[in-house]
Amino acid sequence: MAKKYTFPMGGIHLDKHKTTAACPIIQAPLPAIAVIPIKQHIGAPAKILVSKGDKVKTGTLIADADGIVSADVHSSVSGEVLKIEDVEGASGYVEKMVTIKVEGDVWEPEIDRTPEIVREINLTPEEIIAKIREGGIVGMGGAGYPTPIKTTIPERKKVNLLIINGIECEPFLTADDRLMIEKAEQIIMGARVLNRALGIQNAVIAIDENKPEAIERLTALSKLYVGVNIKVCKTKYPQGGERQLIRAITGKELPSGKLPVDIGCIVQNVGTTFAVYETVLKNKPLFERVVTVSGNGCLHSGNYLVRIGTPISDIIGQSGGLATDVEKIILGGPMMGSAIVNTNAPITKLTSAVLLLKGDEFAKHEPSACIRCGKCALVCPAGLRPFAIKQAVCCNDPSETLRRLHVGDCIECGCCAYTCPAGIPLLDYCKIAKQEIRKK
Amino acid sequence: MDDLIITNMLVLGGTAFAAAVILYFVSKKFAIHADEKETQIAEILPQANCGACGKAGCADFAAICARADEKAFANLYCPVGGAAVMQKIARLKGFSTKDKPSTIAVLRCQGNCQNAPIKVAYDAVSTCRIAHRISSGQNGCPNGCLHLGDCVKVCKFGALRMDKKSGLPVINAAKCVSCGACVKVCPRGLFEIRPQSPDGMVYVACRNKQKGAVARKNCAAACIGCAKCTKLNDQIKIEDNLSYIPATVDVGEFGAKLQKICPTGAIVYKEKLRG
Amino acid sequence: MMLKISANPHIQTVRNTRSIMLDVVIALMPAAIAALLFFGVNALRVILTSVAACVLFEYLACRYWLKTANTTQNFSAVITGLLLAYNLPSTMPSWMILIGAFMAIIVAKICFGGLGKNIFNPALVGRVFLFISFPVQMTIWPTPHFLHITSPDGQTGATPLNILKNMDTSSDYPMYSPDDLPSYSNMFLGNIGGCIGEISTLALLLGFVYLLWRRVITWHIPVYYLATVFVLTSFLYAATGEIKFLPLAHLLSGGLMLVAIFMATDYTTSPMTIKGQIIFAVGCGVLTVVIRSFSAYPEGVSFAILIMNALVPLIDKLAVQRYYGERKKCPRKSRAY
Repeated sequence: MAKKYTFPMGGIHLDKHKTTAACPIIQAPLPAIAVIPIKQHIGAPAKILVSKGDKVKTGTLIADADGIVSADVHSSVSGEVLKIEDVEGASGYVEKMVTIKVEGDVWEPEIDRTPEIVREINLTPEEIIAKIREGGIVGMGGAGYPTPIKTTIPERKKVNLLIINGIECEPFLTADDRLMIEKAEQIIMGARVLNRALGIQNAVIAIDENKPEAIERLTALSKLYVGVNIKVCKTKYPQGGERQLIRAITGKELPSGKLPVDIGCIVQNVGTTFAVYETVLKNKPLFERVVTVSGNGCLHSGNYLVRIGTPISDIIGQSGGLATDVEKIILGGPMMGSAIVNTNAPITKLTSAVLLLKGDEFAKHEPSACIRCGKCALVCPAGLRPFAIKQAVCCNDPSETLRRLHVGDCIECGCCAYTCPAGIPLLDYCKIAKQEIRKK
Repeated sequence: MDDLIITNMLVLGGTAFAAAVILYFVSKKFAIHADEKETQIAEILPQANCGACGKAGCADFAAICARADEKAFANLYCPVGGAAVMQKIARLKGFSTKDKPSTIAVLRCQGNCQNAPIKVAYDAVSTCRIAHRISSGQNGCPNGCLHLGDCVKVCKFGALRMDKKSGLPVINAAKCVSCGACVKVCPRGLFEIRPQSPDGMVYVACRNKQKGAVARKNCAAACIGCAKCTKLNDQIKIEDNLSYIPATVDVGEFGAKLQKICPTGAIVYKEKLRG
Repeated sequence: MMLKISANPHIQTVRNTRSIMLDVVIALMPAAIAALLFFGVNALRVILTSVAACVLFEYLACRYWLKTANTTQNFSAVITGLLLAYNLPSTMPSWMILIGAFMAIIVAKICFGGLGKNIFNPALVGRVFLFISFPVQMTIWPTPHFLHITSPDGQTGATPLNILKNMDTSSDYPMYSPDDLPSYSNMFLGNIGGCIGEISTLALLLGFVYLLWRRVITWHIPVYYLATVFVLTSFLYAATGEIKFLPLAHLLSGGLMLVAIFMATDYTTSPMTIKGQIIFAVGCGVLTVVIRSFSAYPEGVSFAILIMNALVPLIDKLAVQRYYGERKKCPRKSRAY
C-alpha cells in the first residue's frame, strides 16, 4: 500500500466500535412534528421569515441568514407552522425554534429529485458561492461554521489545496463512511464544485485506513476526474482534527491563531461536500443528513437519513427504543460529543450520531491523585501540558500564566482526559482555562 | 604566637568593620520610606486581602486612602470592615463620613430538592462552571442553582456552606461581609449584594426568565411573572417574565404583604438579619 | 430512568493507576526469581518483610494520620517495598528493614503528601538512610549459591564494583587484581555478589521489555542513562587506561540496571516531558560515573538519582515540549510557566 499520512505529535488509538459500518443508509420516516432551531451554526441566529399558521413545503426557506456569519434555515418537512418560540434544546437550555406540524411530503418544485448524477458544472465561482449560501450549508463535521465564508477567499490570500475530510476518527461514527461508499461520485462532484469555487484544480480526499470499501470506491472513481486525489491516513485520534489533518497531508503546521487559509488550505467535511453537491447541482438545500445511531444500549443500530428537526426520541424509537438501563445519550462521538438531557430536542445540521451508552464499559473512574506520569503531555496533539494547565487553574493563576501555557491552542479533543490513569478530568480544566483567557 | 593573635584580631576586626560600612550604605540605599498614615490606616483595616474594595489588597487600599482627598475618600469603602472601619480612617484623616447601610449577600434561588426535583444525574467534575457549560442542570432550570458549591469554595470568610438537605448554599448573616466574591463566581449570577434596612429585606428569590408554565415545570418556587407584586408597589418591575424588587421598596410596609401575595412563594421576606 | 450528563470525553482508558502499578510489580518479578535462585530463602525474607512493612506503614498513615482514602490498593507501596528490598543485601536484619521501610513510606512519601507528591524516590531514601546508618550491615555481600535454599557457609565476598574500586594498579599491594572480576556472563546472569535485586541484568532487562510492551514507560530514561554511563566510562577508560573504568563492567554490575529501569523512571520523581526526561537521565548518568569513579563509595546510583530528583521541579519548568505550530528553532521569551 502507498504511503499512509498521519500527524506526528500526540494522538491516541481508540477502540473502534464501528459496528454500523456495514449498515446501508436507511431513510428515516417523517416525524409527526418537526422542531427546527433557527441557530444551527456558529454566529448570529437566522431571521425568521414565516409566522404561525403559514404553510411550508419541504425545502422552503424559513429563516434568512442575519449577517455574514450566519446561515439560512430551510423547512425539512411540509406542513403548517404551529408555533415559533423558545423550546428546550438538547442541553436543557432554551433556543428559539420553529415547530411545524407535518402534513404529507410536498417538496419545493425546483428541487431536482431524480437519481441521476449531474456531472456538468456551468456556474461561475460567484454563482456557486451564492448557491451554497442559499442552501444554508454549514460545516457538518461539528463546528458549524458557515461554508460560504470558508469558500470565499479573503483578499491577498491564495488557496492551492482543498482537503476533503473523510476521516471519522471517533469511535462508533460511520455516517461519513457510509456516505462515501454510497454517494462516492456525488462527493467527487462536490469536491469539483468546491474546486471551481476556489479557482483551483487540486482537491485531496483524506480517508482513514479502516474504511477499505470507501477507499476502493473513491480511488477508482477519482481516476476518472481531474483534480481530485485520494490520500489514505493512519487510523489515529484526532486525525480528523483540522490542524492534524493539514499536518498529515501537507506536512505543514498551522501557527497558533492562524486559519488554514493562511497557509493555502481549505478543509471541508465529506458531509458538507455532499451537501454542496446537492445544493449547487440539484437545487436541494440542506434539510436532511446522515446520522449514526449506535452504542451498547441500542437495539437496532444503523445509519439513518434523517430530516433536520426530527426529535431525537423519534430516532431512538426507530432504532428499537430506549432501554431502561441506558445511562447516557450522546450527540456526536464519545470523545467530543455532548451528553444530553432532553430527548425531545431535534436533530440539527451538526448531529452526526446519537449514541446510547450504558453500563460499566463507559463508566468513568473516580479521580485520584496525579501520579505525574506525563501521559497527558505525551498524547496532546497540540503539544500542550495539560497537567500544568490543571495546576494553574487549581491555583487560580492569572490569565497571563494560562496564556503562556498556550491554552488557546487546545482543540478540546479530550486525549488528555481519556488517557489520564488517575481519571483527572483534564479537559474540563483546559476548558475553564480557555474561559479564563477569553474573559480579558 | 602573639603575632597570630594580633593578626587574627586585625583580620576579623577589619572584616567586621568593612561589613558594617557596606551594610550601612545598603540600608540607606534600599530603605523603604513608609508613609506613617498609610501604616496607621493599614493597621485599622481588617487585613483580609479579599479584594472586595476593588483594590489589589489591604495595603493597596491603605495607600489609596492615605493619598485621597475628601471627595475621593467618599467613594472608598471597605465592605469587610464596614462603616466602623471607614469612620476610624476618616477620623484619622480628619474627614467626616456618612453612614452607609449594612449590606449582605442573598441567594436568588429556591431550587431545593422539594421545589425542583432532580431529573438527571451529574457525572463530571464538581464545579458549577463546567456544569453550567454542559447542561441546564440537574433539575432542569437553566437559571437556577447548580448545587456544586463554587461559591462556598470562593468565600474567604466562611459565611457560606452547602446545606446537604436542600442542596443550596446557606448564607451566615453574622459572617457575611458582602465582599462580593460569590457574586463574581456564580456562573448564573444568583447572588446579589443587597442593603438591609432596619426592617429586614424582601427580594425575589428566582432568576428564571422562562414563561411561567415552563418555569413552573422545573421548580415549584419559580417566579412566573404574574405581576401580582407590581400592583402593590410600582417600583417593582417585570422584565422577561421575571420580577425584580429594588432595594428602595419599603420593607417595613410591603415586606410581609409581598411575601403573602406571591402565588409561588418566590418572594422572600426576611426580618432583621444582623445586629 | 435517569439520564447522566457528563462533560466530554465520555469514554476513558481502562488503564488506571492501579493497573499501571500492577504492571510494574509484574515487571519486577523476574528479578525476585533471580534473587531466590542465588540467595535462597533469605532473599525471600527480606522481600516479604520490606513489602509487608511498606504496605502496613502506608495503611496506617492513610488511616490515622492523613485520614484520606486508603491508597494501599493501588500497589504503589508494594513497589516501594520491592525496590527497597532489591537494594539491600540478603543478610540484612529484619528490624533494620523495618526502619528503612519507615523512612521510605513515612518520611519520604507521606510527609510530602502521599502518592504523586513526593520529591525523592521513597525506596532510595530508605536505602540511603540505611546505608549511612548501618554501613557495616549494608556492605556485607553474601556470595551467591545457585539453587541453595540457604547459604551453606555464610561466606561473603566483594561486589564487582568493590573489586573495580580497590584495584589500584599503581599501588604495590592492590586489594584485588583484575582476575578477581567475575566474568561478563556471570554478571549478566546474576552470579555475583550484591544487593538481592540488582545482580541479574537478564532478569531486569526482561522487566524492561515488559514495561515497554505495556507502555508503562518510554525507553528514553533507561537508554539515555545507560548510554551516558557507557560513553563516559569508555572515554575515561580510553583516556587513562585504568581498568577501574571498564565500561561493560560498570554497565552490568551494581545497581545501575535496576535503578535505570525501575527507579529513574518512577513517574512521581522524574520529569514529565520527554525532553525533561532526557536531561534527567543524562544528569543521572554523569553523576553516577562521577560518584563511582572519584568518591569513597564504590556505588553511586542512589545518590545520583536523589540529587537529580531534587532538580526535577526545575527541569519540569524549563523543559517544555514544542507546541503544535511552533517552529523548532525559535526560542520564545518566558515560555516556561
